Amino acid sequence: MTNANRTVQFKIYRYDPDQDAKPYMQDISVELESTDRKLLDAMVKLKAQDDSISFRRSCREGVCGSDAMNINGKNGLACLTAMDSFPEGKPIVLRPLPGLPVIRDLIVDMTQFFKQYNSIKPYLINNDPPPERERLQSPEDREELNGLYECILCACCSTACPSFWWNPDKFVGPAGLLAAYRFIADTRDQATNERLDNLEDPYRLFRCHTIMNCVDVCPKGLNPTKAIGKIKEMMVRRAV
Amino acid sequence: MQRLVVGAGYGLKDWLAQRITGIVMAVFTLIMFAAALGGAMSSREAWQAFMANGFIRFLSFLFIVSLCWHAWVGIRDIWMDYLNSAALRLFLHVMTLLALVGYAGWAIQIIWRL
Repeated sequence: MTNANRTVQFKIYRYDPDQDAKPYMQDISVELESTDRKLLDAMVKLKAQDDSISFRRSCREGVCGSDAMNINGKNGLACLTAMDSFPEGKPIVLRPLPGLPVIRDLIVDMTQFFKQYNSIKPYLINNDPPPERERLQSPEDREELNGLYECILCACCSTACPSFWWNPDKFVGPAGLLAAYRFIADTRDQATNERLDNLEDPYRLFRCHTIMNCVDVCPKGLNPTKAIGKIKEMMVRRAV
Repeated sequence: MQRLVVGAGYGLKDWLAQRITGIVMAVFTLIMFAAALGGAMSSREAWQAFMANGFIRFLSFLFIVSLCWHAWVGIRDIWMDYLNSAALRLFLHVMTLLALVGYAGWAIQIIWRL
């Protein structure tokens, strides 16, 4: 499936609120060249064939997080999904990220997701006057931020989380909680107590039941469940 | 007006309690397995003597309390996960709590009368 031109079948979720009464799955096939290695390459070809198919995309290298979608039932980034990872002869099923309102086709409304992200104050809070050059950290303290700062906010994790599906307005979700721990763990941040207070809530943090769907789908290989565990551990250390 | 409110400021104690009660139940289960292997369940007399032991009474009481406490957090989590009406949630929270307290008393009465 790697060299010569080949035809690949797709089943794509289609919905245009201006025209369609309800969503439907469209069968469509596209001829790919050997250079079309990633799913996003194939989708760009699809778009050239039928320009009404809508999806978000930008950097095409797993940095911007725009092309997150549900690929054969599992959330992921189209640009990081290799075409030769799909079983041959079966159509590739593409759906929008589950749990968020669909704007059109594979494009979802991320407002709720970013609302939760904003609610954890995703910025350094430090009231000391800034030093002349920069706020320094020891290499060990900096080490703690690895696996946290790399999040690209693609929403693959939060939209794979049943707790986020049922309570997107109240549960922060794995992406937001990973970002929350990124600042709780930062030795330069001075709002640790306020951040923990903000999360100590049966809905905001404790809707996480540790099923690890977030870890399973993260295209950057991050571990929100571990970060959530560390937040809980800090709360215990603060309380006892 | 229906404004969304979150920030009840609790949750850690329940989360911790669920883990600790889980450990208590696991330890009790292991002790019961060991007792069964040791012949404590071979006859009614042996079972009665085993359950009359002060330490086992202490543990069985802890087990029942742990079970109900654990179930309270778990069942409440289900109501919180899936029900949107606050009134319905409150009603079911109270019903669950009352049922579990009743069950705890009943279970202890059954076990201790052995």
